[in-house]
Amino acid sequence: MTTVLLENLTKSFGEVRALESMTLEIRDGELVSLLGPSGCGKTTALRLVAGFERPTGGRVLLDGNDVSTVPPSKRNMGMVFQAYSLFPNMTAAENVGFGLRVRKESSEKRSRRVGELLEMVGLAEAAGRYPHQLSGGMQQRVALARALAVEPRVLLLDEPLSALDAKVRGQLREEIRRIQTELGITTLFVTHDQEEALALSDRVAVLSNGRLEQVGTPPEIYGEPETPFVAQFIGTMNRLEATVTGPGHVEHEGRRLGVDAVRDRSAGEKVLVLVRPESVEISEPGEAGNGHPRNGMVEGRIVGRSFMGPVTRVKVSNGAAEAITADLPSRNAHSLKIGDHVSARFDPANARVLSLDE
Amino acid sequence: MTTTSKSGGRRAGLLGWLGVAPFFVFVGLFLFLPSVSLFVGAFQTQEGAFTLDNVRSLFEAQFLNAYRTSILLSALTAVLGGILGGLLAYAALTGGTPRLVRPLLTTFSGVAANFAGVPLAFAFIATLGTTGIVTQVLNSALGLDLYGRGFSLFSFTGLALIYLYFQIPLMILVIAPAIDGLRTEWREAANNLGASPGQYWRYVGLPVLMPSILGAMILLFANAFAAYATPAALTSGQVSLAPVLIGQFFQGDVLADPHQGYALALGMVVVVGVSVALYSLLQRRAARWTR
Amino acid sequence: MKSAKKLSLTKIAWLSIGVLYFLVPLLATLQFSLQEGREGYGFGAYTYILTDPLFRQSLLFSFLLALATIVVSMLLLVPTVYWVRLKMPRLRPVLDFVSIMPFVVPPIVLVVGLLTLYQGAPSWFVATPAILLCGYVIHALPYVYRSVDAGMEAINIHTLTEAAQSLGAGWGTVLLRVIVPNLRVALLSGSFLTLTIILGEYTMASLMLFNSFAVYIAYVGQSQANPAAALTLISFAITWAAMLGLLAVTRRGSRGGAEVQAQIGGAR
Repeated sequence: MTTVLLENLTKSFGEVRALESMTLEIRDGELVSLLGPSGCGKTTALRLVAGFERPTGGRVLLDGNDVSTVPPSKRNMGMVFQAYSLFPNMTAAENVGFGLRVRKESSEKRSRRVGELLEMVGLAEAAGRYPHQLSGGMQQRVALARALAVEPRVLLLDEPLSALDAKVRGQLREEIRRIQTELGITTLFVTHDQEEALALSDRVAVLSNGRLEQVGTPPEIYGEPETPFVAQFIGTMNRLEATVTGPGHVEHEGRRLGVDAVRDRSAGEKVLVLVRPESVEISEPGEAGNGHPRNGMVEGRIVGRSFMGPVTRVKVSNGAAEAITADLPSRNAHSLKIGDHVSARFDPANARVLSLDE
Repeated sequence: MTTTSKSGGRRAGLLGWLGVAPFFVFVGLFLFLPSVSLFVGAFQTQEGAFTLDNVRSLFEAQFLNAYRTSILLSALTAVLGGILGGLLAYAALTGGTPRLVRPLLTTFSGVAANFAGVPLAFAFIATLGTTGIVTQVLNSALGLDLYGRGFSLFSFTGLALIYLYFQIPLMILVIAPAIDGLRTEWREAANNLGASPGQYWRYVGLPVLMPSILGAMILLFANAFAAYATPAALTSGQVSLAPVLIGQFFQGDVLADPHQGYALALGMVVVVGVSVALYSLLQRRAARWTR
Repeated sequence: MKSAKKLSLTKIAWLSIGVLYFLVPLLATLQFSLQEGREGYGFGAYTYILTDPLFRQSLLFSFLLALATIVVSMLLLVPTVYWVRLKMPRLRPVLDFVSIMPFVVPPIVLVVGLLTLYQGAPSWFVATPAILLCGYVIHALPYVYRSVDAGMEAINIHTLTEAAQSLGAGWGTVLLRVIVPNLRVALLSGSFLTLTIILGEYTMASLMLFNSFAVYIAYVGQSQANPAAALTLISFAITWAAMLGLLAVTRRGSRGGAEVQAQIGGAR
């Protein structure tokens, strides 16, 4: 049972505030991702948990104990760095066994454990190779094995896949998740790739400019963004600035749209209506379409069309504000061409709403 | 040498060889030929006949002594300079030292390394010579009579002390890139796995640096061995060194067979040549790890 | 682990001892140079040196020789390195080998070799600084080669050459108008380094009986202690200036270039 609690963590580097009052709990056996663009503070948070930095304010608690002042070597956490962390003068096996050697384990115990771990990451036959003889993906597997060898309470990963090729990244991502679930180890994973975070995690914590924007399960983060930043950072999102005109209606660019989510808001309120591209339907202009009231987001021309395999992404614009993005199943979209007059509409239940006045 | 020629053709052609010829001709005339003529001369008598006598006499007392002293002095200052320079470089280049220190250290090391020779000798005479400032200060303030106790700037120890003045900076300059090459990830990973700083150095840091350190020390050795100006400027002849001996041969000081001098030179080249070869080997090894 | 940003006491101690060891001889020299007669202090020694015609002559001699060395070295090396890199990569190991040869044949041996081999040569060569110049070009070879090579490594000479040729340039134009201007930092740093080395070179100059700057210093040192001390500091200042020049030039250049370049040369 290992839980990690980041309590009001703040970290400044001189003038720069890298992290601002962040509070986050990671429950036993959970994999939580810290997600955000460069400079958002996610790596800083991880390094505070690992002990490579001391917090300027707040605490790090491990199973309820304050470890903020405990040096990294004593925290019993395993860390996997982005790249280049394997000791170049040691073979893969020696690297993996390093932590055990430092703990003065017997050499038989060491070699047994090293064997187990290399087996677990699928690198048993590479045991005698040196880091410069291993590919990037293999190096990271060894790094993972090395971190797990000492049976840490917590696993910390600092963008371990960012330096790898796309194909390798996908494979390794699944393996990391598999191993993590099998071992049931509490894990903190830092990444800037939202697809990765959504695919891997039990919960995702989104950060921006040192602040925690939202924490939730991947479906929650994706489907129910709570701040404009999260809405825009995760996936693609149509954002419509609108004014509430009545219970369940808003006005956007002169058109009336049905939005269930504004039922409890008062008229005149400025809101941001968020609709995912896959919730947008394209139909003939002026058509009622599926029994919905006669309203649509935009009536305009198709200005962009990208075939993306299973889905075709279509952009519709009436020349005014931002184009609306719609993702359609490709079999329904092949008749659409650039320049066609269409209407883009959505089901009122499929829109999220955020307040615009802070 | 303008116009024409197939642009970007892979083959060199005549033009290519013409382009590099001046350089090789120059080097041939002024580096290889002189060296070769020296080596050939080492095996000749005054009359031009082949002989091994010159080389054989290198192993006689006076010459062997000179080589031995040179080798000892060079080895001593190489190891000491290596250790001290390495520690200084590490202290200056890692951890919390202010960013200014680095360019300052590099520039100063460059200056000190080039300061060697006549000016350096004088600087030390002014410091630790018989009437040197430090000598006098030690005498009056601490009652320590250096020269009375047998110390002399013109002895082996004195020379070693002076040599360190350019050996240490050279070490700093050579080892700095290698220290830079020590990735912080290694130190942090070691730390994270439970290693103390001492364990990190023992298992990772020093082993990785070792080829560079050894290579640098060998470079220092060759550097000290070949030094002529510094000991020559101190001209007391108490310490017999190979380069100085060679110089004496050709300044007409010693009425002797110049071929003997050539043999001496050959001996020097052999020692330095072996060192440089070892250094190259170690450099290649070190490069393997800092990819 | 304590925050890595804190400067540990041991480090400060080390650095201080280091600073002391390197500073004290300079300070001692300074004191010596300011001594006049038995008790007084003054700039007499400096005036003496600076007004000595031999000072100016020898410094000018060494300086001009250094310039000549730089020019000849560059003329020899730039086309050669360019050609080998561009067209004859098989010669690369040969170049590398040749460039470390001057270390294997140290100045003391080289000068003996040169004197012996060319003792019968015409006097316009052997009795003029020409022969010393040739020795100096060889002596500075490793450093100039490293500078030029590093410079060419940093710019993509293949692409530049092909682009220039596709626009109609001949080889001369390519080298002079395209390659060399892009090598400015490397060439300058190599030049400063050579300047430093030649100014301080004693071995070859003294055995070839030329009055270079270093030979002049030794000459003064044999008779007058205080002026010698002043001269020592003056030469130190000149070396500093050259090194600062090197630093200024490589500031914008390759990272770590300054260290690789600023290795020992000349005097020893």
